[in-house]
Amino acid sequence: MSTATRSLPRTIGAHAILVTYTVIALFPVILVVMNSFKSRAGIFGAPLTPPTANTFDLIGYTTVFGQGDFFHYFQNSLVVTVASLFFVLLFGAMAAFALSEYRFRGNTLMGLYLALGIMIPIRLGTVAILQLMVASGLVNTLTALILVYTAQGLPLAIFILSEFMKQVSNDLKNAGRIDGLSEYTIFFRLVLPLVRPAMATVAVFTMIPIWNDLWFPLILAPSEETKTVTLGAQLFLGQFVTNWNAILAALSLAILPVLILYVIFSRQLIRGITSGAVK
Amino acid sequence: MDTETMAAETRAKRPIRWHVGVFLAPAVLVYTAFMILPLFGTLQLSLFRNIEQSQVFVGLGNFRTLFGDPNWSVNFWNALRNNVWFFIIHMLVQNPIGILLAALLSSPRLRFTAFYRTAIFVPTILSFVIVGFAWKLILSPIWGVAPHLMDFVGLKSFFTPWLGKEQYALTALSLVSVWQFVGIPMMLIYAALLSIPDEVIEAAECDGVTGMAQFWKIKLPLILPSIGIISILTFVGNFNAFDLIYTAQGALAGPNYSTDILGTFLYRAFFGFQLQVGDPNMGAAIATIMFLIILAGVCVYLFLVQTRLRRYQF
Repeated sequence: MSTATRSLPRTIGAHAILVTYTVIALFPVILVVMNSFKSRAGIFGAPLTPPTANTFDLIGYTTVFGQGDFFHYFQNSLVVTVASLFFVLLFGAMAAFALSEYRFRGNTLMGLYLALGIMIPIRLGTVAILQLMVASGLVNTLTALILVYTAQGLPLAIFILSEFMKQVSNDLKNAGRIDGLSEYTIFFRLVLPLVRPAMATVAVFTMIPIWNDLWFPLILAPSEETKTVTLGAQLFLGQFVTNWNAILAALSLAILPVLILYVIFSRQLIRGITSGAVK
Repeated sequence: MDTETMAAETRAKRPIRWHVGVFLAPAVLVYTAFMILPLFGTLQLSLFRNIEQSQVFVGLGNFRTLFGDPNWSVNFWNALRNNVWFFIIHMLVQNPIGILLAALLSSPRLRFTAFYRTAIFVPTILSFVIVGFAWKLILSPIWGVAPHLMDFVGLKSFFTPWLGKEQYALTALSLVSVWQFVGIPMMLIYAALLSIPDEVIEAAECDGVTGMAQFWKIKLPLILPSIGIISILTFVGNFNAFDLIYTAQGALAGPNYSTDILGTFLYRAFFGFQLQVGDPNMGAAIATIMFLIILAGVCVYLFLVQTRLRRYQF
Protein backbone atom coordinates (compact mmCIF):
# COMPACT_ATOMS: atom_id res chain seq x y z
CA MET A 1 0.00 0.00 0.00
CA SER A 2 1.21 3.42 -0.85
CA THR A 3 0.53 4.88 2.58
CA ALA A 4 2.53 2.10 4.24
CA THR A 5 5.59 2.63 2.07
CA ARG A 6 5.39 6.36 2.55
CA SER A 7 4.93 6.23 6.28
CA LEU A 8 7.96 4.06 7.07
CA PRO A 9 10.59 6.73 6.34
CA ARG A 10 8.36 9.24 8.07
CA THR A 11 8.18 7.09 11.20
CA ILE A 12 11.94 6.68 11.20
CA GLY A 13 12.32 10.43 10.76
CA ALA A 14 9.95 11.11 13.64
CA HIS A 15 11.83 8.72 15.90
CA ALA A 16 15.15 10.25 14.87
CA ILE A 17 14.03 13.77 15.83
CA LEU A 18 12.42 12.64 19.07
CA VAL A 19 15.42 10.56 20.11
CA THR A 20 17.75 13.47 19.34
CA TYR A 21 15.71 15.82 21.44
CA THR A 22 15.40 13.31 24.27
CA VAL A 23 19.19 13.05 24.31
CA ILE A 24 19.49 16.85 24.42
CA ALA A 25 16.98 16.98 27.28
CA LEU A 26 18.56 14.27 29.38
CA PHE A 27 22.25 14.69 28.56
CA PRO A 28 23.07 17.47 31.07
CA VAL A 29 21.26 15.64 33.86
CA ILE A 30 23.01 12.34 33.16
CA LEU A 31 26.36 14.08 32.76
CA VAL A 32 26.10 15.77 36.16
CA VAL A 33 24.92 12.68 38.03
CA MET A 34 27.49 10.45 36.32
CA ASN A 35 30.44 12.71 37.09
CA SER A 36 29.41 13.23 40.69
CA PHE A 37 30.60 9.68 41.38
CA LYS A 38 34.08 10.29 40.01
CA SER A 39 37.39 11.47 41.33
CA ARG A 40 38.69 14.87 40.25
CA ALA A 41 41.03 13.29 37.72
CA GLY A 42 38.13 11.27 36.32
CA ILE A 43 35.89 14.34 36.02
CA PHE A 44 38.43 16.25 33.98
CA GLY A 45 40.18 13.36 32.24
CA ALA A 46 37.16 11.67 30.72
CA PRO A 47 33.97 13.64 31.45
CA LEU A 48 31.85 11.64 29.03
CA THR A 49 32.52 8.12 30.32
CA PRO A 50 30.64 6.53 33.21
CA PRO A 51 32.64 6.03 36.41
CA THR A 52 34.97 3.05 36.24
CA ALA A 53 36.71 1.22 39.07
CA ASN A 54 39.64 3.60 38.59
CA THR A 55 37.75 6.85 38.64
CA PHE A 56 34.95 5.96 41.09
CA ASP A 57 35.07 8.22 44.12
CA LEU A 58 32.52 9.49 46.64
CA ILE A 59 34.67 12.40 47.84
CA GLY A 60 32.11 14.90 46.52
CA TYR A 61 29.30 13.44 48.60
CA THR A 62 31.42 13.29 51.75
CA THR A 63 32.32 16.97 51.27
CA VAL A 64 28.69 17.95 50.86
CA PHE A 65 27.51 16.03 53.88
CA GLY A 66 30.49 17.26 55.90
CA GLN A 67 30.12 20.95 55.03
CA GLY A 68 26.64 22.04 54.18
CA ASP A 69 23.77 21.44 56.51
CA PHE A 70 21.84 19.88 53.66
CA PHE A 71 19.67 17.65 55.76
CA HIS A 72 18.34 20.65 57.64
CA TYR A 73 17.70 22.61 54.42
CA PHE A 74 15.93 19.61 53.05
CA GLN A 75 13.70 19.49 56.09
CA ASN A 76 12.83 23.19 55.68
CA SER A 77 11.92 22.68 52.04
CA LEU A 78 9.78 19.72 52.96
CA VAL A 79 7.93 21.60 55.72
CA VAL A 80 7.30 24.62 53.49
CA THR A 81 6.17 22.58 50.50
CA VAL A 82 3.92 20.19 52.41
CA ALA A 83 2.31 22.91 54.52
CA SER A 84 1.71 25.21 51.54
CA LEU A 85 0.34 22.31 49.55
CA PHE A 86 -2.05 21.40 52.37
CA PHE A 87 -3.41 24.94 52.64
CA VAL A 88 -3.64 25.44 48.89
CA LEU A 89 -5.61 22.21 48.50
CA LEU A 90 -7.86 22.74 51.52
CA PHE A 91 -8.62 26.46 51.03
CA GLY A 92 -8.64 26.09 47.26
CA ALA A 93 -11.12 23.22 47.31
CA MET A 94 -13.35 25.04 49.80
CA ALA A 95 -13.44 28.21 47.70
CA ALA A 96 -13.90 26.23 44.50
CA PHE A 97 -16.85 24.44 46.09
CA ALA A 98 -18.44 27.70 47.17
CA LEU A 99 -18.01 29.18 43.70
CA SER A 100 -19.30 26.18 41.79
CA GLU A 101 -22.06 25.05 44.15
CA TYR A 102 -23.84 28.13 45.42
CA ARG A 103 -25.42 31.01 43.60
CA PHE A 104 -24.86 34.21 45.46
CA ARG A 105 -24.50 37.84 44.56
CA GLY A 106 -21.03 38.58 43.22
CA ASN A 107 -20.24 34.96 42.39
CA THR A 108 -18.81 35.70 38.94
CA LEU A 109 -17.00 38.76 40.22
CA MET A 110 -15.42 36.72 43.02
CA GLY A 111 -14.35 34.10 40.50
CA LEU A 112 -12.68 36.74 38.34
CA TYR A 113 -11.03 38.34 41.36
CA LEU A 114 -9.52 35.01 42.40
CA ALA A 115 -8.46 34.22 38.82
CA LEU A 116 -6.45 37.47 38.55
CA GLY A 117 -3.52 35.82 40.25
CA ILE A 118 -3.15 33.21 37.52
CA MET A 119 -1.73 35.78 35.13
CA ILE A 120 -0.18 38.38 37.43
CA PRO A 121 2.87 36.96 39.21
CA ILE A 122 2.95 37.41 42.98
CA ARG A 123 6.64 38.32 42.71
CA LEU A 124 5.72 41.84 41.59
CA GLY A 125 4.36 42.55 45.06
CA THR A 126 7.63 41.58 46.73
CA VAL A 127 8.52 45.05 47.99
CA ALA A 128 5.27 45.35 49.94
CA ILE A 129 5.32 41.68 50.98
CA LEU A 130 8.70 42.20 52.62
CA GLN A 131 7.44 45.31 54.44
CA LEU A 132 4.41 43.35 55.61
CA MET A 133 6.58 40.53 56.90
CA VAL A 134 8.95 42.93 58.64
CA ALA A 135 5.99 44.68 60.28
CA SER A 136 4.51 41.39 61.48
CA GLY A 137 7.85 39.96 62.58
CA LEU A 138 7.65 37.03 60.21
CA VAL A 139 10.93 37.64 58.38
CA ASN A 140 13.17 34.59 58.51
CA THR A 141 10.38 32.24 59.47
CA LEU A 142 9.01 29.39 57.43
CA THR A 143 5.53 30.76 58.15
CA ALA A 144 6.24 33.72 55.86
CA LEU A 145 7.11 31.39 53.00
CA ILE A 146 4.08 29.18 53.63
CA LEU A 147 1.71 32.16 53.58
CA VAL A 148 3.16 33.57 50.37
CA TYR A 149 3.18 30.23 48.59
CA THR A 150 -0.38 29.53 49.69
CA ALA A 151 -1.47 32.83 48.16
CA GLN A 152 0.55 32.05 45.04
CA GLY A 153 -0.95 28.59 44.55
CA LEU A 154 -4.59 29.42 45.28
CA PRO A 155 -5.71 31.08 42.02
CA LEU A 156 -4.81 28.18 39.72
CA ALA A 157 -6.05 25.62 42.26
CA ILE A 158 -9.44 27.31 42.57
CA PHE A 159 -9.71 27.67 38.81
CA ILE A 160 -8.96 24.01 38.06
CA LEU A 161 -10.91 22.57 41.00
CA SER A 162 -14.08 24.55 40.32
CA GLU A 163 -14.09 23.19 36.76
CA PHE A 164 -14.04 19.68 38.20
CA MET A 165 -16.54 20.35 40.99
CA LYS A 166 -19.12 21.49 38.44
CA GLN A 167 -19.09 17.92 37.14
CA VAL A 168 -20.02 16.32 40.47
CA SER A 169 -23.60 15.11 40.23
CA ASN A 170 -26.24 17.32 41.84
CA ASP A 171 -28.42 14.33 42.66
CA LEU A 172 -25.77 13.00 44.97
CA LYS A 173 -25.46 16.28 46.88
CA ASN A 174 -29.23 16.72 47.06
CA ALA A 175 -29.64 13.16 48.32
CA GLY A 176 -27.19 14.05 51.07
CA ARG A 177 -29.19 17.20 51.89
CA ILE A 178 -32.42 15.22 52.14
CA ASP A 179 -30.68 12.85 54.53
CA GLY A 180 -29.95 15.86 56.67
CA LEU A 181 -26.23 16.20 56.07
CA SER A 182 -24.81 19.64 56.68
CA GLU A 183 -23.15 21.52 53.82
CA TYR A 184 -19.78 20.88 55.48
CA THR A 185 -20.36 17.12 55.60
CA ILE A 186 -21.46 17.15 51.97
CA PHE A 187 -18.25 18.91 51.01
CA PHE A 188 -15.84 16.82 53.06
CA ARG A 189 -17.55 13.42 52.79
CA LEU A 190 -19.17 13.45 49.35
CA VAL A 191 -17.48 15.97 47.09
CA LEU A 192 -13.83 15.87 48.15
CA PRO A 193 -13.36 12.12 47.59
CA LEU A 194 -14.85 12.49 44.10
CA VAL A 195 -12.44 15.19 42.99
CA ARG A 196 -9.35 13.43 44.33
CA PRO A 197 -7.80 12.96 40.84
CA ALA A 198 -8.10 16.70 40.19
CA MET A 199 -6.58 17.40 43.61
CA ALA A 200 -3.58 15.26 42.70
CA THR A 201 -3.09 17.22 39.49
CA VAL A 202 -3.30 20.52 41.33
CA ALA A 203 -0.89 19.18 43.94
CA VAL A 204 1.76 18.43 41.35
CA PHE A 205 1.35 21.82 39.64
CA THR A 206 1.57 23.62 42.97
CA MET A 207 4.46 21.62 44.36
CA ILE A 208 7.06 22.04 41.62
CA PRO A 209 7.32 25.85 41.62
CA ILE A 210 7.31 25.97 45.43
CA TRP A 211 10.09 23.40 45.81
CA ASN A 212 12.19 25.09 43.12
CA ASP A 213 11.61 28.72 44.10
CA LEU A 214 14.68 30.81 44.84
CA TRP A 215 13.25 34.33 44.97
CA PHE A 216 11.17 34.25 48.16
CA PRO A 217 13.59 32.17 50.27
CA LEU A 218 16.32 34.60 49.21
CA ILE A 219 14.28 37.64 50.21
CA LEU A 220 12.02 36.52 53.05
CA ALA A 221 13.96 33.75 54.79
CA PRO A 222 17.70 33.79 54.04
CA SER A 223 18.81 32.93 57.60
CA GLU A 224 20.73 29.74 58.30
CA GLU A 225 17.78 28.36 60.28
CA THR A 226 15.21 28.75 57.51
CA LYS A 227 17.16 28.16 54.31
CA THR A 228 15.42 25.91 51.81
CA VAL A 229 17.32 23.33 49.84
CA THR A 230 17.21 25.45 46.65
CA LEU A 231 18.72 28.46 48.38
CA GLY A 232 21.17 26.27 50.31
CA ALA A 233 22.35 24.65 47.09
CA GLN A 234 22.71 28.06 45.45
CA LEU A 235 24.90 29.40 48.26
CA PHE A 236 26.85 26.19 48.55
CA LEU A 237 27.61 26.25 44.82
CA GLY A 238 28.80 29.82 45.15
CA GLN A 239 31.20 28.91 47.94
CA PHE A 240 32.63 25.79 46.36
CA VAL A 241 33.15 27.16 42.87
CA THR A 242 36.46 25.38 42.44
CA ASN A 243 35.57 22.13 44.19
CA TRP A 244 34.02 20.32 41.28
CA ASN A 245 33.44 17.07 43.15
CA ALA A 246 31.38 18.85 45.75
CA ILE A 247 29.45 20.90 43.19
CA LEU A 248 28.51 17.90 41.10
CA ALA A 249 27.50 15.93 44.18
CA ALA A 250 25.39 18.83 45.47
CA LEU A 251 23.70 19.19 42.09
CA SER A 252 22.96 15.47 41.96
CA LEU A 253 21.52 15.55 45.46
CA ALA A 254 19.27 18.43 44.41
CA ILE A 255 18.18 16.64 41.24
CA LEU A 256 17.42 13.20 42.64
CA PRO A 257 14.46 13.83 45.00
CA VAL A 258 12.64 15.88 42.35
CA LEU A 259 13.40 13.28 39.70
CA ILE A 260 12.11 10.42 41.85
CA LEU A 261 8.91 12.30 42.67
CA TYR A 262 8.52 13.13 38.99
CA VAL A 263 8.86 9.52 37.90
CA ILE A 264 6.23 8.53 40.46
CA PHE A 265 3.80 11.32 39.54
CA SER A 266 4.55 11.83 35.86
CA ARG A 267 1.42 9.99 34.76
CA GLN A 268 -0.68 12.19 36.98
CA LEU A 269 1.06 15.34 35.81
CA ILE A 270 0.86 14.53 32.12
CA ARG A 271 -2.72 13.38 32.36
CA GLY A 272 -3.50 16.61 34.18
CA ILE A 273 -1.99 18.72 31.42
CA THR A 274 -3.38 16.75 28.53
CA SER A 275 -6.88 16.54 29.98
CA GLY A 276 -7.07 20.28 29.55
CA ALA A 277 -6.57 21.24 33.14
CA VAL A 278 -4.61 24.28 31.99
CA LYS A 279 -6.65 26.27 29.57
CA MET B 1 -52.78 34.29 52.17
CA ASP B 2 -51.73 35.86 48.91
CA THR B 3 -48.58 34.86 47.14
CA GLU B 4 -46.89 38.17 47.88
CA THR B 5 -46.74 37.69 51.61
CA MET B 6 -45.83 34.03 51.24
CA ALA B 7 -42.85 34.93 49.11
CA ALA B 8 -41.85 37.58 51.58
CA GLU B 9 -42.18 35.10 54.38
CA THR B 10 -39.97 32.49 52.76
CA ARG B 11 -37.41 35.15 51.97
CA ALA B 12 -37.40 36.21 55.56
CA LYS B 13 -37.20 32.66 56.79
CA ARG B 14 -34.37 31.76 54.51
CA PRO B 15 -31.37 31.77 56.81
CA ILE B 16 -28.17 33.57 55.97
CA ARG B 17 -25.98 30.95 54.36
CA TRP B 18 -23.01 31.20 56.64
CA HIS B 19 -21.35 28.19 55.08
CA VAL B 20 -20.77 30.04 51.78
CA GLY B 21 -18.75 32.59 53.69
CA VAL B 22 -16.93 29.95 55.67
CA PHE B 23 -15.96 28.12 52.50
CA LEU B 24 -14.74 31.28 50.80
CA ALA B 25 -13.15 33.13 53.69
CA PRO B 26 -9.76 31.40 54.15
CA ALA B 27 -8.84 31.49 50.47
CA VAL B 28 -10.03 35.05 49.96
CA LEU B 29 -8.29 36.28 53.10
CA VAL B 30 -4.90 34.72 52.37
CA TYR B 31 -5.05 35.66 48.70
CA THR B 32 -6.06 39.24 49.44
CA ALA B 33 -3.59 39.75 52.26
CA PHE B 34 -0.52 38.27 50.59
CA MET B 35 -1.15 38.83 46.93
CA ILE B 36 -3.59 41.61 46.05
CA LEU B 37 -2.81 44.09 48.84
CA PRO B 38 0.99 43.78 48.43
CA LEU B 39 0.57 44.25 44.69
CA PHE B 40 -1.30 47.51 45.22
CA GLY B 41 1.01 48.40 48.08
CA THR B 42 3.91 48.12 45.68
CA LEU B 43 2.17 50.28 43.09
CA GLN B 44 1.57 52.85 45.80
CA LEU B 45 5.14 52.74 47.11
CA SER B 46 6.41 53.57 43.65
CA LEU B 47 4.86 57.03 44.02
CA PHE B 48 6.78 57.86 47.19
CA ARG B 49 10.39 58.56 48.01
CA ASN B 50 12.31 58.29 51.25
CA ILE B 51 13.54 61.78 52.05
CA GLU B 52 15.12 62.31 55.47
CA GLN B 53 13.64 59.15 56.97
CA SER B 54 10.09 59.85 55.91
CA GLN B 55 8.05 58.80 52.93
CA VAL B 56 7.24 61.78 50.74
CA PHE B 57 4.79 61.70 47.87
CA VAL B 58 6.63 62.48 44.64
CA GLY B 59 4.03 61.51 42.04
CA LEU B 60 5.71 60.08 39.01
CA GLY B 61 9.12 61.31 40.16
CA ASN B 62 10.59 57.84 40.54
CA PHE B 63 9.58 56.97 37.02
CA ARG B 64 11.16 60.18 35.73
CA THR B 65 14.36 59.12 37.48
CA LEU B 66 14.07 55.63 36.06
CA PHE B 67 13.62 56.82 32.48
CA GLY B 68 15.74 59.95 32.52
CA ASP B 69 18.47 59.91 35.18
CA PRO B 70 21.54 58.32 33.55
CA ASN B 71 22.38 56.49 36.81
CA TRP B 72 19.19 54.48 36.39
CA SER B 73 18.01 54.84 32.82
CA VAL B 74 21.08 53.27 31.20
CA ASN B 75 20.57 50.11 33.23
CA PHE B 76 16.82 50.21 32.87
CA TRP B 77 16.74 50.45 29.08
CA ASN B 78 19.49 47.86 28.87
CA ALA B 79 17.48 45.45 31.05
CA LEU B 80 14.32 46.10 29.06
CA ARG B 81 16.10 45.57 25.73
CA ASN B 82 17.66 42.35 27.01
CA ASN B 83 14.31 41.18 28.29
CA VAL B 84 12.71 41.75 24.90
CA TRP B 85 15.49 39.77 23.23
CA PHE B 86 15.04 37.03 25.86
CA PHE B 87 11.34 36.87 24.92
CA ILE B 88 12.02 36.90 21.16
CA ILE B 89 14.37 33.92 21.45
CA HIS B 90 11.73 32.00 23.40
CA MET B 91 9.08 32.77 20.80
CA LEU B 92 11.32 31.89 17.87
CA VAL B 93 13.00 28.80 19.30
CA GLN B 94 11.07 27.35 22.23
CA ASN B 95 7.56 27.48 20.80
CA PRO B 96 8.34 26.17 17.28
CA ILE B 97 10.39 23.30 18.75
CA GLY B 98 7.57 22.60 21.19
CA ILE B 99 5.03 22.51 18.35
CA LEU B 100 7.27 20.29 16.23
CA LEU B 101 7.78 17.80 19.06
CA ALA B 102 4.07 17.80 19.86
CA ALA B 103 3.18 17.21 16.21
CA LEU B 104 5.58 14.26 16.05
CA LEU B 105 4.35 12.84 19.35
CA SER B 106 0.75 12.96 18.25
CA SER B 107 1.31 11.12 14.99
CA PRO B 108 -0.82 7.99 15.08
CA ARG B 109 0.65 4.57 15.79
CA LEU B 110 3.99 5.99 16.89
CA ARG B 111 5.56 3.91 19.64
CA PHE B 112 7.38 4.99 22.83
CA THR B 113 5.53 8.32 22.93
CA ALA B 114 5.01 8.03 26.69
CA PHE B 115 8.75 7.66 27.16
CA TYR B 116 9.64 10.64 24.94
CA ARG B 117 7.02 12.79 26.62
CA THR B 118 8.27 11.97 30.09
CA ALA B 119 11.94 12.41 29.17
CA ILE B 120 11.55 15.72 27.35
CA PHE B 121 9.61 17.15 30.27
CA VAL B 122 12.36 16.35 32.81
CA PRO B 123 14.25 19.69 32.52
CA THR B 124 11.04 21.60 33.24
CA ILE B 125 10.71 20.13 36.72
CA LEU B 126 14.30 20.88 37.71
CA SER B 127 15.10 23.96 39.74
CA PHE B 128 16.79 26.95 38.12
CA VAL B 129 19.72 26.47 40.44
CA ILE B 130 20.40 23.04 38.99
CA VAL B 131 19.81 24.11 35.40
CA GLY B 132 21.85 27.29 35.63
CA PHE B 133 24.79 25.65 37.30
CA ALA B 134 24.78 22.45 35.27
CA TRP B 135 24.92 24.45 32.03
CA LYS B 136 27.54 26.76 33.45
CA LEU B 137 29.71 23.70 34.03
CA ILE B 138 28.97 22.20 30.62
CA LEU B 139 29.77 25.42 28.77
CA SER B 140 32.83 26.07 30.90
CA PRO B 141 36.11 25.98 28.98
CA ILE B 142 37.78 24.52 32.10
CA TRP B 143 35.80 21.32 31.99
CA GLY B 144 35.81 21.13 28.23
CA VAL B 145 32.64 19.08 27.74
CA ALA B 146 31.18 21.48 25.18
CA PRO B 147 34.32 21.77 22.99
CA HIS B 148 34.78 18.02 23.30
CA LEU B 149 31.25 17.38 22.02
CA MET B 150 31.61 19.91 19.24
CA ASP B 151 34.77 18.12 18.18
CA PHE B 152 32.62 15.08 17.36
CA VAL B 153 30.79 17.02 14.67
CA GLY B 154 33.86 18.95 13.56
CA LEU B 155 32.76 22.30 14.97
CA LYS B 156 35.38 22.66 17.66
CA SER B 157 36.76 25.85 16.14
CA PHE B 158 33.42 27.55 16.77
CA PHE B 159 33.62 27.09 20.52
CA THR B 160 34.08 30.13 22.71
CA PRO B 161 33.20 30.58 26.36
CA TRP B 162 29.75 31.87 25.49
CA LEU B 163 28.65 32.77 28.99
CA GLY B 164 31.72 34.93 29.43
CA LYS B 165 31.37 37.00 26.28
CA GLU B 166 29.16 40.04 26.26
CA GLN B 167 27.81 39.52 22.76
CA TYR B 168 26.79 35.86 23.30
CA ALA B 169 25.96 35.49 27.00
CA LEU B 170 22.32 36.58 26.85
CA THR B 171 21.53 34.44 23.81
CA ALA B 172 23.25 31.45 25.39
CA LEU B 173 21.24 31.84 28.60
CA SER B 174 18.01 32.31 26.64
CA LEU B 175 18.71 29.02 24.90
CA VAL B 176 19.35 27.33 28.24
CA SER B 177 15.98 28.64 29.38
CA VAL B 178 14.44 27.35 26.15
CA TRP B 179 16.01 23.96 26.86
CA GLN B 180 14.43 23.99 30.29
CA PHE B 181 10.91 25.04 29.30
CA VAL B 182 10.31 23.45 25.91
CA GLY B 183 8.23 20.80 27.70
CA ILE B 184 5.42 23.24 28.48
CA PRO B 185 4.48 24.26 24.90
CA MET B 186 5.05 20.66 23.87
CA MET B 187 2.52 19.35 26.40
CA LEU B 188 -0.12 22.02 25.80
CA ILE B 189 0.06 21.69 22.01
CA TYR B 190 0.11 17.92 22.32
CA ALA B 191 -3.09 18.07 24.36
CA ALA B 192 -4.67 20.34 21.75
CA LEU B 193 -3.67 18.03 18.91
CA LEU B 194 -5.10 15.01 20.71
CA SER B 195 -8.42 16.76 21.11
CA ILE B 196 -8.89 17.16 17.36
CA PRO B 197 -11.54 14.54 16.53
CA ASP B 198 -10.66 11.69 14.20
CA GLU B 199 -13.50 12.56 11.82
CA VAL B 200 -11.83 15.84 10.88
CA ILE B 201 -8.56 14.06 10.12
CA GLU B 202 -10.36 11.29 8.22
CA ALA B 203 -12.26 13.82 6.15
CA ALA B 204 -8.98 15.50 5.29
CA GLU B 205 -7.47 12.17 4.28
CA CYS B 206 -10.44 11.42 2.06
CA ASP B 207 -9.77 14.70 0.30
CA GLY B 208 -6.14 13.69 -0.15
CA VAL B 209 -4.75 16.13 2.41
CA THR B 210 -2.03 14.22 4.27
CA GLY B 211 1.34 14.70 5.91
CA MET B 212 2.75 18.23 6.01
CA ALA B 213 -0.16 19.74 4.11
CA GLN B 214 -2.53 18.23 6.64
CA PHE B 215 -0.58 19.77 9.49
CA TRP B 216 -0.43 23.25 7.97
CA LYS B 217 -3.96 23.38 6.60
CA ILE B 218 -6.03 21.36 9.08
CA LYS B 219 -4.29 20.96 12.41
CA LEU B 220 -2.46 24.27 12.77
CA PRO B 221 -5.59 26.43 12.42
CA LEU B 222 -7.30 24.21 14.99
CA ILE B 223 -4.53 24.60 17.57
CA LEU B 224 -4.15 28.39 17.16
CA PRO B 225 -5.94 29.07 20.49
CA SER B 226 -3.37 26.89 22.26
CA ILE B 227 -0.56 28.72 20.50
CA GLY B 228 -2.10 31.93 21.83
CA ILE B 229 -2.03 30.50 25.35
CA ILE B 230 1.58 29.36 25.17
CA SER B 231 2.55 32.78 23.80
CA ILE B 232 1.01 34.63 26.71
CA LEU B 233 2.44 32.14 29.22
CA THR B 234 5.88 32.66 27.66
CA PHE B 235 5.41 36.43 27.79
CA VAL B 236 4.44 36.49 31.47
CA GLY B 237 7.16 34.01 32.39
CA ASN B 238 9.89 35.88 30.53
CA PHE B 239 9.11 39.36 31.81
CA ASN B 240 9.06 37.95 35.32
CA ALA B 241 12.21 35.83 34.99
CA PHE B 242 15.03 36.20 37.48
CA ASP B 243 16.26 32.88 38.84
CA LEU B 244 18.19 31.52 35.87
CA ILE B 245 20.20 34.71 35.32
CA TYR B 246 20.81 35.04 39.05
CA THR B 247 22.11 31.49 39.45
CA ALA B 248 24.22 31.48 36.32
CA GLN B 249 25.61 35.05 36.32
CA GLY B 250 24.89 36.42 39.79
CA ALA B 251 22.96 39.56 40.70
CA LEU B 252 25.28 41.71 38.60
CA ALA B 253 24.12 39.82 35.49
CA GLY B 254 27.58 39.85 33.99
CA PRO B 255 29.62 40.10 31.89
CA ASN B 256 29.16 43.86 32.16
CA TYR B 257 25.35 43.72 32.65
CA SER B 258 24.93 42.04 29.27
CA THR B 259 22.49 39.47 30.70
CA ASP B 260 20.62 41.92 32.94
CA ILE B 261 16.85 41.57 32.66
CA LEU B 262 14.07 43.34 34.55
CA GLY B 263 13.98 40.70 37.30
CA THR B 264 17.67 41.01 38.17
CA PHE B 265 17.50 44.79 37.81
CA LEU B 266 14.59 44.86 40.28
CA TYR B 267 16.55 42.69 42.70
CA ARG B 268 19.60 45.00 42.61
CA ALA B 269 17.51 48.15 42.90
CA PHE B 270 15.50 46.79 45.80
CA PHE B 271 18.27 45.19 47.82
CA GLY B 272 21.31 46.99 46.60
CA PHE B 273 24.42 45.22 45.59
CA GLN B 274 28.03 45.94 46.40
CA LEU B 275 28.35 49.76 46.30
CA GLN B 276 24.76 50.47 45.40
CA VAL B 277 22.37 50.97 48.33
CA GLY B 278 18.98 49.30 48.19
CA ASP B 279 16.02 51.53 47.49
CA PRO B 280 12.55 50.01 48.07
CA ASN B 281 10.80 52.88 46.30
CA MET B 282 12.83 52.50 43.11
CA GLY B 283 12.34 48.74 43.41
CA ALA B 284 8.61 49.34 43.60
CA ALA B 285 8.82 51.60 40.55
CA ILE B 286 10.54 48.86 38.54
CA ALA B 287 8.02 46.28 39.76
CA THR B 288 5.26 48.67 38.65
CA ILE B 289 6.76 48.88 35.17
CA MET B 290 6.95 45.08 35.05
CA PHE B 291 3.34 44.93 36.22
CA LEU B 292 2.25 47.30 33.45
CA ILE B 293 4.19 45.38 30.80
CA ILE B 294 2.64 42.07 31.88
CA LEU B 295 -0.81 43.64 32.20
CA ALA B 296 -0.50 45.09 28.70
CA GLY B 297 0.49 41.66 27.37
CA VAL B 298 -2.43 39.95 29.10
CA CYS B 299 -4.85 42.60 27.83
CA VAL B 300 -3.60 42.25 24.26
CA TYR B 301 -4.09 38.53 24.62
CA LEU B 302 -7.57 38.73 26.13
CA PHE B 303 -9.02 41.43 23.92
CA LEU B 304 -7.22 40.99 20.62
CA VAL B 305 -6.04 37.41 20.36
CA GLN B 306 -8.66 35.46 22.23
CA THR B 307 -11.67 37.22 20.77
CA ARG B 308 -10.40 36.90 17.19
CA LEU B 309 -9.47 33.24 17.44
CA ARG B 310 -12.51 31.08 17.18
CA ARG B 311 -12.59 28.25 19.65
CA TYR B 312 -13.71 25.07 17.97
CA GLN B 313 -16.00 23.07 20.17
CA PHE B 314 -16.29 19.46 19.21
